[in-house]
This record gives sequence, C-alpha cells and structure tokens, in this order.
Amino acid sequence: MRIVVDFDLCESNAVCMQIAPDIFEVRDDDFLYILNETPGEDDRARVEECVQRCPKQAISVAD
Amino acid sequence: MTAPSSVTIVGASLAGLRAAETLRRDGFDGPVTLIGAEPHEPYDRPPLSKQVLAGDWEPDRIALTPSDKLADLDLDLRFGTTAVGFDLASRTLRLASGETGGKTGGETLETDALLIATGARCRTLGLPLQGVHVLRSLDDCLELRADFDAAPDRVVVVGAGFIGAEVAATARTRGLDVTMVEALDAPLIRVLGPEMGEVCAAVHRDHGIDLRTGVGVEGLDGAGRVERVRLTDGSAVAASVVVVGIGVIPNTEWLEGSGLALDDGVVCDASGLAASGVAAAGDVARWPNRRFGYPMRVEHWDNAAAQGAHSARALLGATEPYQPVPWFWSDQYDRKIQLAGHVRPDDEVRVVAGSVAERRFAALYGRGGKLVGALGFNRPRHVMRYRAMIEQGAAFEEALAAEV
Repeated sequence: MRIVVDFDLCESNAVCMQIAPDIFEVRDDDFLYILNETPGEDDRARVEECVQRCPKQAISVAD
Repeated sequence: MTAPSSVTIVGASLAGLRAAETLRRDGFDGPVTLIGAEPHEPYDRPPLSKQVLAGDWEPDRIALTPSDKLADLDLDLRFGTTAVGFDLASRTLRLASGETGGKTGGETLETDALLIATGARCRTLGLPLQGVHVLRSLDDCLELRADFDAAPDRVVVVGAGFIGAEVAATARTRGLDVTMVEALDAPLIRVLGPEMGEVCAAVHRDHGIDLRTGVGVEGLDGAGRVERVRLTDGSAVAASVVVVGIGVIPNTEWLEGSGLALDDGVVCDASGLAASGVAAAGDVARWPNRRFGYPMRVEHWDNAAAQGAHSARALLGATEPYQPVPWFWSDQYDRKIQLAGHVRPDDEVRVVAGSVAERRFAALYGRGGKLVGALGFNRPRHVMRYRAMIEQGAAFEEALAAEV
C-alpha cells in the first residue's frame, strides 16, 4: 500500500494526524509530512479512514 | 443480530455516501439503495461557500467520489427522488420524483433496514424577492454566483454563522462591498462563545466588512427584486443581493407518523439506532453523546462522514456508542478556523499559543474543571492535539499546562 497526498489540495486540517499519528504529521510550519509512505496491510483500515475523513479529499491509496 | 437482507439509505450527500461505502467495505453484499433528492451525484458542500462561489472551481471538482468508484459500490442509485413517507411497522418507504417530491407517483419500496441521512434545509425569511438567496445546494451556489458575477453594488449577508461568515469573506475577496447583519452581539457566539466571537468580528472588520451586530432584520423592500434591507434599529441598507444564513431545519417531516421519535431531528440511541434496523446519521440525527453527557445534533462535515460510517455499522450489528469529539473547520479569508469539542457561551476560555493580535493562536475552553473545547486560528496541529486530550477526558488545568 502506497499513500499519495495531493499537496495542492491538502490544507493541513490534520484529521489524518489524529487518526494515524505514526503515518501523518502536521508540524508547526502548518505543513503535512508523511512519516511512512508505504505502511503495511495492518494499517489499511486506518489509512482508509484517513481517506474518508480528509475534508479536502487529498489522500488516496495506490494499491 | 443478523445482518439485514437489504438496506435503503435516504439522503445521498456525505453521510449517506459514507454509509454506503462502509456497508460494502465491511462486507455487506445484499442490495443497497441510495436515494437522493437532488439530481446530482454526491458532491461536497464546503466548497460551495468558498472555491465554487469564488469562481475558482467549477462544479466538476466537487464530486465526493469519482463516478467509476460510485459504480463499483454496486448500489441502486435513485437520484432526483424524494422519500415522502415511511412506515416502521411494514418497513415501507413512499417515494416521489423531483426534489420536493411534488410529482407523486405513489411508488413504494420495502426495505429490511433503513438509514436516514436527509440532512437539513435552510431557514428563510419567507420573502419571495429576486436576489434573495440561501446557500445549501450546488444549484443555490450557482444562482448566487451568477448574482455575484453581475457585480452588485452591495451584498447584505443576514446572519454571521458559518455560512454567512464564509459567504461574506468570499464576496469580499471577490471585491464586492458587503454588509453583514447579526442579531447577537458578535459572529459565531453560539459555537465559539462571546470572547472569540469578537475576534471573528475584528477579522471581518479588518477586511472591510460593514458588520452590524445586535440588530435583526425587520424586512426586505423591493419591487420584484430586492432593493433594501430594513433593520430593527430603524436603519436600512441598500442591497442588490441578500444572502440569508440563519440556520437550518432538519428534514424530518416525511417521517411524521412513521412510528419513529422526532425532536429537532430523528431521535437515536447512543449507537445511532432510531429503532431496530433503522439508523440515522449527519445533520438530521439527534443522539446522546455519552462523552458530553447530553443529546446533540451536529451539523459539521466531519460528523456526517464519521456518523454515516458508524450508523451503517450499527445496522450491521455493531453496538459501540457513537461518542465523538465534534470538530469543524471554517476557512475565512486566509484564516483557517477550527474548533474541536462542544462549547457553550459561558465556558471559560484561555489563549494558550500565539496571540489574538496576530490572528494565529490556539485557545482552550473549560467547564467544570474539564477541557471541553479547543479553538485554532491557523493552528491545525494544536487543535488536533487538544482534540485527543478532550477524548481522553483531560482536566482543564492539565491541558493549560501541557506542552503541545
């Protein structure tokens, strides 16, 4: 599973960071950083939740 | 509890779509019908008061899911169809075509399980003049945008809640002159409290909005088209466009006599069930949020997404209570305003990071010694950290002292 973030859409709402803080982090500069772009299958449910809850629909999963 | 043999979702906006997606993701392979009053495929509403209204985005950018992914869900899609009645005992829906259900065909649909996600509609002033708008749907947005495109002399926004404040900001950013009228003493008092409401007032005044607070609307004048807004203080404002943002009414009339309990929304239990095999989600659902200890009905985007998923799982037999810490964002000018929690106007509020003067800060709300809310102006990271602390039941003093 590979995480793709459209940084043109991302507005650093940080919803993903709350669901999966080990994968997404919004830092004090207000930018989103992906801490783990290729999480394992165990993380799929959480990542899918991030996709669904992102207010800007900026997150997608490639396989 | 066994899984239902079929599910019908009434309401094809965010809550309804997320419910349908969740049913499929959790392995439900029975028939799912998705009924939507509007003719459009599910779309995202927040850009309607921002990017689409500004003219920066066209409607094709706001689909909630691409058409091929919607097709992959294998749903029976009924757009342009309104549910006009439901009978709990026989599990039968009555349907009509058209957005208002005006063209009654008398079609009925039996369903084993029902998910109610019919949302809410705007309150209006009940004055049928041209140039007077509400903003809820894509069609509303395009009509208002066309009026903005015609370069009106002045836009009057009635109500400084989220919709009003965002529309005012967008209109101003488009270079239009704007008067915003709010009956309370500051914008957003009900959700942010009076102190932070004053900060919002200052932000709008900084951007050149003529903000009138503590004054209501007496009436609108015009012959065919609106020309003037009369206020309760005896003054009047010339206006060629008026946008009314004075709250919403949950769409429950179609459920009267259904056997379901209604009280400013569909009354649900802690898990989101209104009856066995019937759930509700989004703006229309009222349920006891155990984290806060009182019933609430939440009109935020994030709640529609999360509760849509939760209530779908309730129909599949999950019994966990739905007890989120509500969260919303509102983009106004270049400020991202976010609030986590549930604030009451008399909560104590303290700024903990940044400063109000620079309009970049985080503030915390306390009630009864507990942290109940966190507000951020361009502080998304702080809001999410404090949201987690609210979830953990943190004391107010503990939150004030925390390194975030």
